Amino acid sequence: MANFEFVTSPAPTKDIKVGLGDGDLVKRSASTVSPPAKALTPVAKLIDVSKCIGCKACEVACLEWNDKRIPVGENVGSYDFPPDLTPNMFTVMRFTEWVNPQSQNLEWLIRKDGCMHCEDPGCLKACPAPGAIVQYSNGIVDFDHDKCIGCGYCVKGCPFNIPRISQVDHKAYKCTLCSDRVAVGQGPACAHACPTHAIVFGTKDEMKKHADDRIKDLKSRGFANAGLYDPPGVGGTHVMYVLHHADQPQIYANLPKDPHISPIVEVWKGLTKYAGLAAMGAFAVIGLVHHVVTGANRVSPEDEANAEKLTGGRP
Amino acid sequence: MTAYDVESGDQVHPGRPVTVDRYTAGARLNHWVTAICLVLLALSGLALFTPSLYFLTGLFGGGQWTRTVHPWIGVVLFVSFFGLFVRFWKANLWKAEDGTWMARMRDVLGGHEENLPEIGKYNAGQKVVFWAMSLLIIVLIVSGFAIWDQYFAQYTTIDQKRWAVLIHAMAAVTIICVWIVHVYAAIWVRGTISAMTKGRVTGGWAWRHHRKWLRELVSGKK
Repeated sequence: MANFEFVTSPAPTKDIKVGLGDGDLVKRSASTVSPPAKALTPVAKLIDVSKCIGCKACEVACLEWNDKRIPVGENVGSYDFPPDLTPNMFTVMRFTEWVNPQSQNLEWLIRKDGCMHCEDPGCLKACPAPGAIVQYSNGIVDFDHDKCIGCGYCVKGCPFNIPRISQVDHKAYKCTLCSDRVAVGQGPACAHACPTHAIVFGTKDEMKKHADDRIKDLKSRGFANAGLYDPPGVGGTHVMYVLHHADQPQIYANLPKDPHISPIVEVWKGLTKYAGLAAMGAFAVIGLVHHVVTGANRVSPEDEANAEKLTGGRP
Repeated sequence: MTAYDVESGDQVHPGRPVTVDRYTAGARLNHWVTAICLVLLALSGLALFTPSLYFLTGLFGGGQWTRTVHPWIGVVLFVSFFGLFVRFWKANLWKAEDGTWMARMRDVLGGHEENLPEIGKYNAGQKVVFWAMSLLIIVLIVSGFAIWDQYFAQYTTIDQKRWAVLIHAMAAVTIICVWIVHVYAAIWVRGTISAMTKGRVTGGWAWRHHRKWLRELVSGKK
């Protein structure tokens, strides 16, 4: 008998039929929504960085499903292609060559970057256009391009630098977690395409459980700091990573260690908005009250007479 | 030598009542272009400032159009206000009597002109409005360029854009408050608005509110 526990992979995606609609919204940008009568089961995509071989099948599947094309690029000195997210490329494999200071081993860290689908989405908080960004009760954060005005506020709200504004139609784009597929019981295209099952999709509970098994396995292989990336600063995310070095996420192409919505954004969308409206209202009301109390400041006939005297009274 | 606060075109016409030319046609046109821009900027900016005013985007043809035209109107305002600045800056320099005027704010707000020092073409309140507008417009155009993503996205970092959007919002709120003071003062002090519509005020108005300026014009005429 082998003395290691064999960890089975779940199917690359798990069919969860949800039929996403307006009735499933828990958050809607620049609007208030009443919570849906029946909340959907939270879903999550789990990306096991330790299993990723960097083949970019997920990128191809993403382009294919979303019917996007990107121009042929140039080598920028790394395997990253395209070198960054674009309005058409919702996911990018970020390659890092990292020398582990303990083992002196070169580790090739490959992180699939893209929208994290935060439980507390900064993009949605910043968005001024009602309904342009929505969050479904299963946790998916989605952009509604008919309502997007292209202001770029989501870019400022996002703690992960994800949304990109198209210079063609001036609207914001990012990973949808294949909400259109999930709505009809299909998993995300990237998860379907992943040949090593590094990307799996299911309910968030299932994915956490699967992550636990993976982390146990990694620890048994000497990765003492293996762990799950589900950052609490943004209320957790619906895209999670299994990291072999979860204690230092920043080595994975600057994955933030403790992401949260920037306090500048919080002040802007919070205090400034209310204090600003109050200040403008107060100035208007003070003016009105002053006029009622003091009355108009009128020029008197004596003033006119004095002016005539000063100018010599000549007609 | 003409006094610091006498601007080109300022002139007294003796008669009953005395009339005083206060703003040339160029100055008035310049003012109203700026004013229209400021109002349009406030409306389009407030639409994106708070969801409760998002409906104002309808005035500009929807959200996309509001986002598109707002910065351009800002550029027009900046150029237009620069014209006003060149015209008015000298007469808005701070003078000793302005401190006294400010210290007697109670009399100012009570309409007791008899307790106030004689003042030039602009009183301290007008000067504060002028310099506040000048400063805030610079802050707004600089922070505005930092968040004008259609053309200038690549010149700033995301964190700089966050600061810019916060500063832009706070400066905009402040300038709207300054604007309310400006408009209210023009309404409260009767006889003021004709200065910017017809270009002239009555001698009595000038005697009551800007006596030093009136005396300068009269003595300059002699």
